[in-house]
Amino acid sequence: MQNVYLDHAATTPMDPEVLEAMTPYFTEVFGNPSSIYSFAAKSRAAIEKARGQVAAALNALPEEIFFTSSGTEADNWALKGTFEKLSAKGGHIITTKIEHHAVLHTGEYLEKTGGAGVTYLPVDAEGRIRMEDLKGAVTDKTVLVSVMFANNEIGTIQPVGEIGRFCRERGVLFHTDAVQAAAQLDIDVKELFIDMMSLSAHKMYGPKGTGAFYLRKGLKLENFVHGGGQEKGKRASTENVAGIVGMGAAVEKMKARLSQEKPRLSTLRDRLINGVLKAIPHAKLNGAMGEERLPNNTNFSFIGIEGETLLLDLDAKGISASTGSACTSGSLEPSHVLMAIGLTHEQAHGSLRLSLGRSTTDEQINYVLDMLPPIVAKRREMSPVWEKFLEA
Amino acid sequence: MTYSEKVMEHFSNPRNVGEIKNPDGLGEAGNPQCGDIMKIYLKVRDDAGGSAVIEDVKFKTFGCASAIASSSMATEMIKGKTVDEAWELTNTAVAEALDGLPPIKMHCSVLAEEAIHRALSDYREKRGLAAVPIREHDHEHEAV
Repeated sequence: MQNVYLDHAATTPMDPEVLEAMTPYFTEVFGNPSSIYSFAAKSRAAIEKARGQVAAALNALPEEIFFTSSGTEADNWALKGTFEKLSAKGGHIITTKIEHHAVLHTGEYLEKTGGAGVTYLPVDAEGRIRMEDLKGAVTDKTVLVSVMFANNEIGTIQPVGEIGRFCRERGVLFHTDAVQAAAQLDIDVKELFIDMMSLSAHKMYGPKGTGAFYLRKGLKLENFVHGGGQEKGKRASTENVAGIVGMGAAVEKMKARLSQEKPRLSTLRDRLINGVLKAIPHAKLNGAMGEERLPNNTNFSFIGIEGETLLLDLDAKGISASTGSACTSGSLEPSHVLMAIGLTHEQAHGSLRLSLGRSTTDEQINYVLDMLPPIVAKRREMSPVWEKFLEA
Repeated sequence: MTYSEKVMEHFSNPRNVGEIKNPDGLGEAGNPQCGDIMKIYLKVRDDAGGSAVIEDVKFKTFGCASAIASSSMATEMIKGKTVDEAWELTNTAVAEALDGLPPIKMHCSVLAEEAIHRALSDYREKRGLAAVPIREHDHEHEAV
């Protein structure tokens, strides 16, 4: 049986070369970067090298990069740090209905405990915010706009540059969660007027447990983790040296491969999308097409089928995938993203995300296109929802 | 969350899938919001002087693996039983027969019990028999 991993949006395998770069920092080069002796300087230098690697990939300055434990932590920092610093000027935050829970739940937390006012912008049927909605939502009290670069479920890329320019002109800070996008796209923080950005290493063939926060030079947020003087005292705690080295190496390598990998994945993606839409009746693509979609993302709805069933049937054929169905989330509600783009409950429950990556080949796409249609047909055959759909 | 081998076996090879034309009893439970709908079809043989027997049973289910496995197992458990015996089938008996369900999936076995009760009630109504109240379950996912 084939082993086809199509859940790169969830996480990616570590690049062996990244692991190789990290290994010495677990064993030989173990010094605490804060120590004074020359041995520790090696750890310090390794962190600064990684900072430079991340900065270079984003057209940022090294001093604008702060290492965190995850993309989620960076999102928390952006929202809480901005709110705490600027709540006196007004505690209004604008975000969207399709953010990752790292942003959504932090927003809800600030509403509940800090008295923040949070506006959750709607999106269109492809998952894009409308600039006029954003412009209409900004008030004198607005301190932060947080809009994700590209959605983790449906892959739709937001008009980030337009949002950034508008926010800069209005004097409102702009944060973007680029956890998915940074692994797939060229991002220039200066060109796009980004003030803050969240990144995660494990989405780009780096280690789990390491993320980064870009904070534009000159901006002041509240410190996020209180303790020692690490990361200029803004994010205390002894640095995860090996993880940081891994993130630097992963970002650099990802960037170097991008010009080849982006068109390669886009082609595979479109072949998968067109193949599925052709082979499976009443299959629906969720999200945008072409340049406005992450090169590695596909997301479908198959009316009449529940997503968990699909995942288990695909798993039995060696294919790893993901769904926005409630049955796998432990809650009653299906994906908030799929509901926000206007799907019915039935469509959202019947969703399937296949996210491609470095290991994805033409043969694997063929294999999926062979395996998926009969699975969908078999489960629809026993589905009262499908029966009802056909009658209607 | 992992399923027992029995759940996976019934999910992969569900028994009694399909429908019965002009069923003697038809019952439906669940709703699309929660992501599961179960439909049970009964064919009942009424023996003169004896108890009515469920001669055939079929199901159609939209839902996760545990919903499909619960439908498959529950239909197996009532096939060939009298309608009175079938009425006594509880969701916990279905779950036990599947070697257990994860707590968050227990509602799938409840759906099977409900759908069977509705099918039996439909049968009673068609035969002009007195209605028997159906045990109500909370709509929430139980035991979470």
